[in-house]
Amino acid sequence: MTSEIIVKAVDVSKRFGNFLALDKVNVEVKRGEVSCIIGPSGSGKSTFLRCINLLERMDGGAIWVSDELVGYRRDGNKLHEISDSEIARQRRRIGMVFQRFNLFPHMTALQNIMEGPVQVMGETTKAAREHAEMLLDRVGLGDKKNHYPSELSGGQQQRVAIARAMGMRPELILFDEPTSALDPELVSEVLDVMHDLASSGMTMIVVTHEMGFARNVANTVTFMEAGKVVETGLASKVLSTPKNARTAAFIQAVQS
Amino acid sequence: MTLSSTAPIDANKYEIAHLELVPKRHIGRMVAAAVVLLLLAALVRAFSVGQIEWSYVRDFMFAPTIIAGLGNTLLMTVAAMALGIVLGVVIAIMRISGNPVLSSIAVAYVWIFRGAPALLQLMIWFNLALIFPTMGIPGLFEFRTVDLMTPFVAAMLGLGISQGAYTSEVVRSGLLSVDTGQYEAARSIGMTHMRMLRRIVLPQAMRVMVPPIGNEVIGMVKLTSLASVIQYSEILHNAQIIYFANTRVLELLLVASFWYLIVVSVLSVGQFYIERYFGRGVKSIRSSV
Repeated sequence: MTSEIIVKAVDVSKRFGNFLALDKVNVEVKRGEVSCIIGPSGSGKSTFLRCINLLERMDGGAIWVSDELVGYRRDGNKLHEISDSEIARQRRRIGMVFQRFNLFPHMTALQNIMEGPVQVMGETTKAAREHAEMLLDRVGLGDKKNHYPSELSGGQQQRVAIARAMGMRPELILFDEPTSALDPELVSEVLDVMHDLASSGMTMIVVTHEMGFARNVANTVTFMEAGKVVETGLASKVLSTPKNARTAAFIQAVQS
Repeated sequence: MTLSSTAPIDANKYEIAHLELVPKRHIGRMVAAAVVLLLLAALVRAFSVGQIEWSYVRDFMFAPTIIAGLGNTLLMTVAAMALGIVLGVVIAIMRISGNPVLSSIAVAYVWIFRGAPALLQLMIWFNLALIFPTMGIPGLFEFRTVDLMTPFVAAMLGLGISQGAYTSEVVRSGLLSVDTGQYEAARSIGMTHMRMLRRIVLPQAMRVMVPPIGNEVIGMVKLTSLASVIQYSEILHNAQIIYFANTRVLELLLVASFWYLIVVSVLSVGQFYIERYFGRGVKSIRSSV
């Protein structure tokens, strides 16, 4: 693992009306790292994740992805908001997997994966199809390529969604509670795919309540509460011997 | 009562699988059906003994003037509806855009063009020359409005623009029916706003939009008859021209009615297939109930 920093968030703040969702959040993720963000609901984990690919606009602070400022262009002492098409270009490097899958229901599994590469990256249909078929095989759904999302189980849909994110050949994939909407018996098939992806060296930021996944796969764990980063560090340290009392209480609560 | 005395009867009581089933008699249904059929028969009889010269209906069904009128009706339906759908999509996208000027203009458009009868709008377009004798961009080109505002153009503008106001509400409801997660997923794979609308949002919105738009197309087929008022040669206008000459008024009105009915029937079948296409990937309501 290199020590190249791929995501750097500095003092990121976000308000929804009077509610301070993020309060000067600082996070660093290195290339090839799996970083889990844990914390109680409403702690701002998902909001922070969504700031990284500009699904939310931050009110303060800044995020760099691969040394490129997200959402702004610096010009001397001024920050200019970038255009719709520049935002779209920045998002191409960042995959995202949603809690509710959000597959395109009018497209088959294969078409879901090919859509971005063909429409956005300008890949040929043939190349995109070959890559998409390879990805579907990799998530164990090679035989489901012509199925529509409505014909797939939740776990299968989420595996297609992971393949769709990988189809863009991203530098980084964000996971927003990827197993929270699944029936309990379907969680492990999705976690297995994520584990496999982590082993292949993909940089991943995962908002999750799956402590087992955090313990087994994550390199670093960040604990957030009330919009603040309470504790961050190596997964083994934070999960086994948390320094902060609230971190310890949360980990105790979700494991029992 | 003792168990032993009733035991032999009970043994047969549960052996009923071989008995004959007598379905319930729906007396009420039979009476209602009989009454309605009787009324229908009376109606058919009235038309057959009425002073309708059916031979005129048959002869004029395929008369060149009628067929030409049918062609113009279809042409106007397509032209006005195409204009209505294009305007409807544009106005709906303006309405939901974050730009307050665009969205206010969209609201005003719907307010104005939904607020006046289509016939009146048609007549305003047709008589536009009264207030604007010429139209054009000064220095570039200029037309005399009476040359530009033919019955066809006036009818297309009048029908298409007022249709756009209704269709924009259909399109807007379609856009609102698409889950926000779909917008986010489209953005997350790097789509720009317009590509997201075209590739992800509109195809899904179509599923919701097709039934009401199909309704509107069928409505438009019949609404084109308004253009007869401004001398556009559609089927009703041409039927009128014939009956002004031969005085077979009702016969020719029946000819026009039959053609409208035929066109609407064909369109209804078409709508079924279009709905099925845009419903792909979605389980039908019928199968899940």
